Amino acid sequence: MSIATKFEYFMNLHINNISHRYSNVNVLENINLEINQHQIVCLVGPSGCGKSTLLRLIGGLEKPSSGQVTQIGNPPENSINPLTYIFQDFALLPWRSVYDNISLVLEDHGIAKKEIKTIIDDVLERTKLSEFANAMPKQLSGGMKQRVAIARALSVRPAVLLMDEPLSALDSQTSELLIDDLVSLWDREKFTACYVTHNLSEAVRLGHKIVVLSRRPGTISEVVTIDIPLNERKNHSEALDIKQKYLWNLMREEALLADKELINVN
Amino acid sequence: MSTNKQQESKEVPFRGGGFTHKPIIFVGPLVFVCLIALLEWGTSTGWISDLTLPRPSGVAQTLVDLYNSGLLFKHLLPSLTRLLMGSIMGITAGIAVGLLIGLFNLVRAGALPVVAALFPVPKIALLPLFVIWFGIDEGSKYALIALGSFTPTVVATYAAIDNVDRGYIRMGQSFGLSWVSIVRKIVLPGALPGILSGLRISLAISIILLVAAEMLGASYGIGAYVLEAGSLYDLERLFAGVFILSVLGVIINWFVGVLERRLLSWRT
Repeated sequence: MSIATKFEYFMNLHINNISHRYSNVNVLENINLEINQHQIVCLVGPSGCGKSTLLRLIGGLEKPSSGQVTQIGNPPENSINPLTYIFQDFALLPWRSVYDNISLVLEDHGIAKKEIKTIIDDVLERTKLSEFANAMPKQLSGGMKQRVAIARALSVRPAVLLMDEPLSALDSQTSELLIDDLVSLWDREKFTACYVTHNLSEAVRLGHKIVVLSRRPGTISEVVTIDIPLNERKNHSEALDIKQKYLWNLMREEALLADKELINVN
Repeated sequence: MSTNKQQESKEVPFRGGGFTHKPIIFVGPLVFVCLIALLEWGTSTGWISDLTLPRPSGVAQTLVDLYNSGLLFKHLLPSLTRLLMGSIMGITAGIAVGLLIGLFNLVRAGALPVVAALFPVPKIALLPLFVIWFGIDEGSKYALIALGSFTPTVVATYAAIDNVDRGYIRMGQSFGLSWVSIVRKIVLPGALPGILSGLRISLAISIILLVAAEMLGASYGIGAYVLEAGSLYDLERLFAGVFILSVLGVIINWFVGVLERRLLSWRT
């Protein structure tokens, strides 16, 4: 059962003229962006362009120096945590089992124990993790850990998923499998997401809208949209290749400069 | 193929190996047995003089006598009580203060210099002061052991909290967990390994201070027993006391080990 069909709601996120600086370094400048419902917006850019910072600003984990993020409309009524993150390093507590890791994020919201169990059983089933409920994180492979983190994120019925390089810690075969998982998940639930990545092939596989950020101070240099439905993209590899090459050409110079900049800093 | 035949061929030599730990069970006890046998042989043949080391069998006999006369528990019980009371007070207070330092910037700013000043002071030097404050009997001994185990526990606890992965805390915040929940469910369990390894150090210091406190003004206790034996140059009784202290230390270490295995089974 998808979140969207169960509870009708409308919610977009608008990022209005956000600039951010750490002490005297300008990290982001004049970012304007819309994250619309049922869309995956990918943020790509060279390392150090502030894409992860932007994601932390969007979800309220950091305060922007100027500008604001506004929520247009309201999250679904049963949403426990409207803006929910998925982290690169999974952030599963090693001393809690899979079940208890999910229960952790539900315990604080005044939900009855019985209901918590129903939610967890349901989300584990939807992500095909039911048999791993009692496993400890150390027993799981990287891919399974991220699947658990995704299940945890879904358990709080988010309006927008904020994904910070969720596949970057995984090997390429595993991340290929997880891309398929995410595509079929989106097919079923039509979730809204902001997806930060440095991997362009991930971006063209998952993004409805791909936002290219320039080197520091990060500004939006181009927004590329891809109209091919997510579940058909595997059959359009040529069209995706062209998009990916186009994105790479946009970023190439920047990436080169960013690479050299790091060496100068050190 | 033909070139292969002409070329010399040999196996690539193995260069790895070594530098790994493998448990070898029987060596430890064997070393003990050999050492004791050597001492027994040395002292019985006169190769080692009576004034240098006691005969191991004599030490064993002393221990048996000590047990049979009922004096063993007369010395051991007060010692264990002091160790337990002092350590519990010191460690509880130490964990509490360590938590406050780890969690609140104001407490950190205020308490850290005090702890830093207290840490390097050899606590034995404060025993006379404690005798004035808490009296010559149990109070001063508890206080000395408590203060001795307090400072290392504080330092271990706040360092352990500082080392909790900030990613976990950020995760907790991102899911809207309350401050109390983050502390109880993320910070405390995350700091537990560090707190427990601090416990080992604190308890070892507690034993040292127990003996020191008992050497100054106690009629019963392992420390008093060792001091009395020492002043009479009764090496067999001295070594019997040292043996008891060593066993006590091993038992405490084992106890912390059990605690770690039970509470930290999630670690790899």
